[in-house]
Amino acid sequence: MRWIQDPLLDVQHLTMRFGGLVAINDLSFKVGRGDITALIGPNGAGKTTVFNCITGFYKPTEGLIAMRKPDGSNLLLERLPGNSINWKAKVARTFQNIRLFSGMTLLENLLVAQHNPLMLSSGYTFLGILGLGGYRTAEKEAIEKAKFWLEKTRLIDRADDPAGDLPYGDQRRLEIARAMCTDPLLLCLDEPAAGLNPRESLELNNLLLSIRKDHGTSLLLIEHDMSVVMEISDHVVVLDYGTKIADGTPSEVKSDPRVIAAYLGVDDEEVEQVEAEIGV
Amino acid sequence: MNAPPITTASAESPALPNRFDLTAAIKDGLKTALIMLGLSIPILAYKTDQSGGDLWLSPRWGLVAILCALVFGLRILLHAFMATKAAREATPSPHQATEFVHAEPNAFQKTSRFAIPFFLGVALAFPVIIYFIQGGLNESRYWVDLGILILTYVMLGWGLNIVVGLAGLLDLGYVAFYAVGAYSYALLSTTFGLSFWICLPLAGILAGFWGMILGFPVLRLRGDYLAIVTLAFGEIIRLVLINWTDLTNGGAGISSIPRATFFGLPFTSGEGGFAQTFGLEFNGMHRIIFLYYLILALALLTNFVTMRLRKLPVGRAWEALREDEIACRSLGINTTNVKLTAFAIGAMFGGFAGSFFAVRQGFVSPESFNFLESAIILAIVVLGGMGSQIGVAIAAIVLVGGPEILRNLTFLQAVFGSGFDPNEYRLLLFGAGMVAMMVWRPRGLISERSPTVILKERKAISGSLVKEGHG
Amino acid sequence: MEIFVQQLINGLTLGSIYGLIAIGYTMVFGIIGMVNFAHGDVFMLSAFIALIFFLIFTTWLGISSVVLALLFVLVIAMVLTSLWGWAIERIAYRPLRGSFRLAPLISAIGVSIFLSNFVQVAQGARNKPTPPMIGDVIVLFQGESGYNVALSYKQIIIMVTTAVLLTIFWYLVQKTSLGRAQRACEQDRKMAALLGINVDRTISLTFVIGAALAAVAGTMYLLYYGVVSFNDGFVPGVKAFTAAVLGGIGSLPGAVLGGLIIGLIEVFWSAYFSIEYKDVAAFSILAIVLIFMPSGILGRPEVEKV
Repeated sequence: MRWIQDPLLDVQHLTMRFGGLVAINDLSFKVGRGDITALIGPNGAGKTTVFNCITGFYKPTEGLIAMRKPDGSNLLLERLPGNSINWKAKVARTFQNIRLFSGMTLLENLLVAQHNPLMLSSGYTFLGILGLGGYRTAEKEAIEKAKFWLEKTRLIDRADDPAGDLPYGDQRRLEIARAMCTDPLLLCLDEPAAGLNPRESLELNNLLLSIRKDHGTSLLLIEHDMSVVMEISDHVVVLDYGTKIADGTPSEVKSDPRVIAAYLGVDDEEVEQVEAEIGV
Repeated sequence: MNAPPITTASAESPALPNRFDLTAAIKDGLKTALIMLGLSIPILAYKTDQSGGDLWLSPRWGLVAILCALVFGLRILLHAFMATKAAREATPSPHQATEFVHAEPNAFQKTSRFAIPFFLGVALAFPVIIYFIQGGLNESRYWVDLGILILTYVMLGWGLNIVVGLAGLLDLGYVAFYAVGAYSYALLSTTFGLSFWICLPLAGILAGFWGMILGFPVLRLRGDYLAIVTLAFGEIIRLVLINWTDLTNGGAGISSIPRATFFGLPFTSGEGGFAQTFGLEFNGMHRIIFLYYLILALALLTNFVTMRLRKLPVGRAWEALREDEIACRSLGINTTNVKLTAFAIGAMFGGFAGSFFAVRQGFVSPESFNFLESAIILAIVVLGGMGSQIGVAIAAIVLVGGPEILRNLTFLQAVFGSGFDPNEYRLLLFGAGMVAMMVWRPRGLISERSPTVILKERKAISGSLVKEGHG
Repeated sequence: MEIFVQQLINGLTLGSIYGLIAIGYTMVFGIIGMVNFAHGDVFMLSAFIALIFFLIFTTWLGISSVVLALLFVLVIAMVLTSLWGWAIERIAYRPLRGSFRLAPLISAIGVSIFLSNFVQVAQGARNKPTPPMIGDVIVLFQGESGYNVALSYKQIIIMVTTAVLLTIFWYLVQKTSLGRAQRACEQDRKMAALLGINVDRTISLTFVIGAALAAVAGTMYLLYYGVVSFNDGFVPGVKAFTAAVLGGIGSLPGAVLGGLIIGLIEVFWSAYFSIEYKDVAAFSILAIVLIFMPSGILGRPEVEKV
């Protein structure tokens, strides 16, 4: 129960309303440090809205989202301006419908991700334009880091190609590499396995496990692919109609009758099929 | 007159049959001619003439008949052309498929490698070349003036390119910063007697400052709305310049602005002048040639700084912003600052160009800064290919130099009668050209993007992948 | 008080002209999401068409009833301006469908420049005055200071024509299959096409209707001011666009409401503040509305999708 003993992210009483529509209703959950946490639920359950609140794209109507940094200090994400969530709180994310800089090369994509440190080393452009300061070395280091992640995601051969030219699966991996270039403490992945074939999906699992193991990054992911969820996650939170209906280890959650009823719908055949898939 | 053939071509191409069918072509031609006739009534068929307070109409059915016949003929030619093209495409050459994939980037690289030194060389040697061609300093005046004009637009195009081409923010009021620069110099020099070399940076800073001020409110706008608000700002600045007569002398403008000096040496014939100091015979052209090199230097500075910025984090952030603003925010980029720097730096170069304009003319008035100027500068950036420096330079030569050719087409008077002034049609053709350009090459002459950093091999990025931004 | 009532009447007259132009902007924006920058110049062109036909009818054909002549002029101007609207869409916008997003806007700017210079070349650069048409006024009441509050026949004609045409047009959009097709295209063009709606035709018709209403506005403008020039398209165009945005772009009642508001603001501003800055006021309102209430009075707010 790492998420109770040592939470990295603590979401409390989160509520998000759009006009009269309640997208999230009084949601509380914790993300453990070093855990892979999965956020699951049927379509329209409000999973992406939770992500948008955590990563600062929406300001929650009520509730707080606390980030516990390794030095013990707490940051309230809902009070930070959108761009500081990545830079100050070290939360990175990917998008459900991939958002790469498609006209820029892979390498450029990864350098843009290192914008803030590079901006400092270029003296907020003033020194950089005159060729002074340590920008040149800083850029070399940034390229090295980009190369590391391109190798790790097996995209190094295409480093000088535009991101828009990559096949779908590669774009997904590049988006993860780009997010990792910001050195996040928490990486939020919005359906990383969507549209991947089984081989790519397996590869993705290995990549995610290695990110957790080698870089000390905790992961929070939205996923529909049950095989991914059950295989790699340590902690599963289930949402339905904006409220939490279950929270626990994968084995706890998959045997929860409410989850099966709500998440899988009432169609018995489908329940059986998914049960077989997750091995109940 | 109203239908540039090229536009009709792409509008119609899918519907046209493969084989040339004469009756169908004639039928279609007649239909087009009929539409042309409808469009000509009554705006071309009758001209309103005025004497005193009364208007009367003079018919011009002959002109309408000529135009309808012309449209009919062009339409049939178009059919024939499309038919042969369709026939050609129906039998592809065996190499075609492979050629298309591999040829493009290399061709681009080759042209840019040779084109840039070539253009730079021509620009540097231009006054000398013209001197020898025209056979004298005074005779080359027209051409050097034209060179100055083109270079001013090259500089403005490069300045706007930062905002539109790199950051993807569509700015229809860029001329406002040009005006701020021009009026800054005009007012600072006439009221405080400051010299050009002090005013130039001040004008740039002031314009940049205005870029920030006008940039702030429009930060959250996107798309066409951003374009319209910047247009409104441009018009507001012009209208204020017209109406605030205490400061700007209103529509009459500010005249007798001090001329540029050669770093302190005035271009005068007397004691201590440029000519005398360097032991030359006095000639008014010295000043013009100096102005030419001044604007060339300013334009090259703009280019140099832009190229430099593209390789710095701020430049990459501009391009990333153009590609996807939401992804930028998720990566911790402060998009507000990124947009404001783009507005400010673009405006600053506009301000430099403006103060050059003032020192060259010796006179500024609000009429020089109307919406049409903004449209011309934007057209230069778009025709050049958004983000491409060399493309913008070529586009400026075409769009500013091209109409000058029109001025010299005096032989047309033999065709259309002596009252015919080709210059009247300059803007008419410009407008039609803008439409044709969008239909023919919406991404401009050079649409490929060149990466700012490479690991192994430089590859040009096809324009179809590069986004145009949300503004 | 008397001045206030008089300005109210003047403002509503001017506002109904802006409202007619604004409908063209709002419909085109609704259906293809572009600002039809050339719409103001289409309006100017229609005023010229109306002017020439008015001259033909009164001086050549000798129609002595001005009202009858105006009716003919209105119908002809609507037909011919519609043809222009159709041709512009066909040549300058249709080939750009699916092209990159700025292309139609830039093309529209090109059309705008083309149209104003075309009229300048074809008709000359000077202001064109019409012979005085209808001068009669009804004095509503006389103030204490001797200031007459008057409603001219012109103003009555303008307001009644606007009201009648708007009703017809409203019926057209709400109740006919054309209107349904139009609203379907606004929602989702691809889906509409899959359901068998002729999208190209629907968009063409939108431009035609917009141009026809601009022609009504052009004729009324000519009747009201009695003078037109080749560069009269830009500023009224911007004001009408402001009206469309203020009312909520995409909303037809909004366009009319916005037009009336803009007309009133312009007239009152000129009467009570300074006439020199009236265009500055119009542009400022445009900027303020776009920045602070981009969804307008009757429009729907837009939620950013992540």
